[in-house]
Amino acid sequence: MSATDSGLNLQGVGIGRGLAVGPILRMPDPLPEPADAASSLGADAEKVRAAGALAATAADIRLRGERAGGAAKDVLDASAFMAEDPTLRDDVNARIGTGKTAERAVFEAFASFRDMLVAMGGYMGERATDLDDVSQRVVAHLQGVAAPGVPTPDYPFILVARDLAPADTALLDLDKVLALITSDGGPTSHTAILAREKSIVAVVGAAGALQLDDDQIVVVDATSGVVNVSPTDEDQATAKETIAARAAAAHAPVGPGKLADGTSVPLLANLGSADGALPAVEKGAEGVGLFRTEFLFLDSDKAPTVEEQQAKYTQLLEAFPGKKVVVRALDAGADKPLSFLNDEPEENPALGLRGIRALRANEPILRDQLTALANADAATDADLWVMAPMVSTVEESRYFTKLAKELGIKTAGVMIEVPAAALLADRILPETDFASIGTNDLTQYTLAADRLLGSVSSFQDPWHPAVLRLVGEVGKAGAVLDKPVGICGEAAADPLLAVVLVGLGANTLSMSPAALADVRAELARFTLDQAKEFAELALSANSAVEARAAVVNAANAFTTSISTITETD
Amino acid sequence: MADRSVTIASAHGLHARPASLFVQAVTNSGLSVELSKGDKKINAASILGVISLGIQHGDEVTLSTVGDNAETVLDDLSAFLGTDHDA
Repeated sequence: MSATDSGLNLQGVGIGRGLAVGPILRMPDPLPEPADAASSLGADAEKVRAAGALAATAADIRLRGERAGGAAKDVLDASAFMAEDPTLRDDVNARIGTGKTAERAVFEAFASFRDMLVAMGGYMGERATDLDDVSQRVVAHLQGVAAPGVPTPDYPFILVARDLAPADTALLDLDKVLALITSDGGPTSHTAILAREKSIVAVVGAAGALQLDDDQIVVVDATSGVVNVSPTDEDQATAKETIAARAAAAHAPVGPGKLADGTSVPLLANLGSADGALPAVEKGAEGVGLFRTEFLFLDSDKAPTVEEQQAKYTQLLEAFPGKKVVVRALDAGADKPLSFLNDEPEENPALGLRGIRALRANEPILRDQLTALANADAATDADLWVMAPMVSTVEESRYFTKLAKELGIKTAGVMIEVPAAALLADRILPETDFASIGTNDLTQYTLAADRLLGSVSSFQDPWHPAVLRLVGEVGKAGAVLDKPVGICGEAAADPLLAVVLVGLGANTLSMSPAALADVRAELARFTLDQAKEFAELALSANSAVEARAAVVNAANAFTTSISTITETD
Repeated sequence: MADRSVTIASAHGLHARPASLFVQAVTNSGLSVELSKGDKKINAASILGVISLGIQHGDEVTLSTVGDNAETVLDDLSAFLGTDHDA
């Protein structure tokens, strides 16, 4: 029985606040394992078939890479080389030599390399997905069936899948994909992260989604996490009106971020280069809450000069006259090593000489950067704030603030990413001007889960009550000491979590510019008292999943009562 | 037989992108080149072999080959590995 017959709606976890209407298309199922039957064609013929399919698959993958461009092209080029790999070809031929079919030999050869990579673990192990994808494509070519992967129709559609792998999402044509629905995977799955980053409407973990029929029209509502699988004409018309109204609102002149009771919550942008400044202003950014300066340093084997840096900082500050711009001092280490800062290999780079620790060990580089920033500030009208990455002690807070002031920085602060710093925020904040909480690293350190490692990605959820309690500590200290507390990181881009963070004491929120419109709309729905109530609900939960569910329920209950009131009026 | 020892310069080691560029350079050289790290030796034209060595930033590897222009080819490949392709 299909879901259409039952007429029941599907319930999952919605990502963001979007709404979409359209026909669904399912991701084709993976191919069954080729049977291990003896070849009837003979080894020579099988070898020719295998070589042909491997070459054709490599050419096909390379073509897809050309079309995708950017980072996807690099990933796909590597996949094409896997299909052409001479060692793999030798292995395939050896297996064919024992009487196997080309399909079976290809399947087994890829599987053996896959197992080897998985056994190596970590980042190598994650290449196994790419290898599986290549294997499936070669076998599909040999069997003359459609290659698995994301469908590419020439009309807009809603993609339904069990879960999406990075290899699938790399090629998603975002102009064609109206929404994503997955049957598996939770709010921290790759699909959810992608949806949040690109502002795609998504409902994940919707059990029963795989029973939907291709081209069946559905309405996807991320706010409630509901997929209406048999919408009436009226349902569809209403949804389309709402979508149009939201699109108009997103393009309308945007006001400053504030709660329903008028409490101001400035919404700022996270930027990684000065080029992103103007698009961010157009999306309504009221300033910059996190400007990453690594890009200035990554291309070189030595730090750029004061003059070179000053020119880049001036370009950034000029885009925000009279606005706040928070610049983070160089944050090297762990996932972004810089040879001139720290060349020593480390067992646990995330726990090593990084952030302010690395800068302190190379103080001339820090002094140059602060001098360049102070000079750029003097030459422009922006309100420049500078913060130190990964501060973990009171003493580091004092050190950075003193040095920054000495070199002409007017407002100096610290990033709170380490639990120790959050717990002692009441002692760290008196030593400095402000705090900005980096939720990605704070989550990684609180849950002791490497944020770059797929196998522990389910721990990387900023809704976790332990993380929120730490945020609350910083919020409380900020309120008592009258020091601003901001949030920069993935967490602020999740609209409902943004409300919770304000309830925990955050004064400003900084996020990728794509998330500004949804967060602004969500903040306007609730008062500060409600935000505090949501924060209490989340803090008293036992897990990230429970915290999110409790707040979603409370928020939906409130929305329902509002619409009832409106109807009565 | 010519060989060279090189220290890997790419910040993230020989992962997908630098590995493909390297394999492409080896394939274009037309020679059969071997790459070894520690006591493991692989065909340098094999991306799966290259990935399986798990080569990190700062690792020392050895390239070896035989052929007419072996020295030139190894000079080019060493220069490639000695450059940071994550920059």
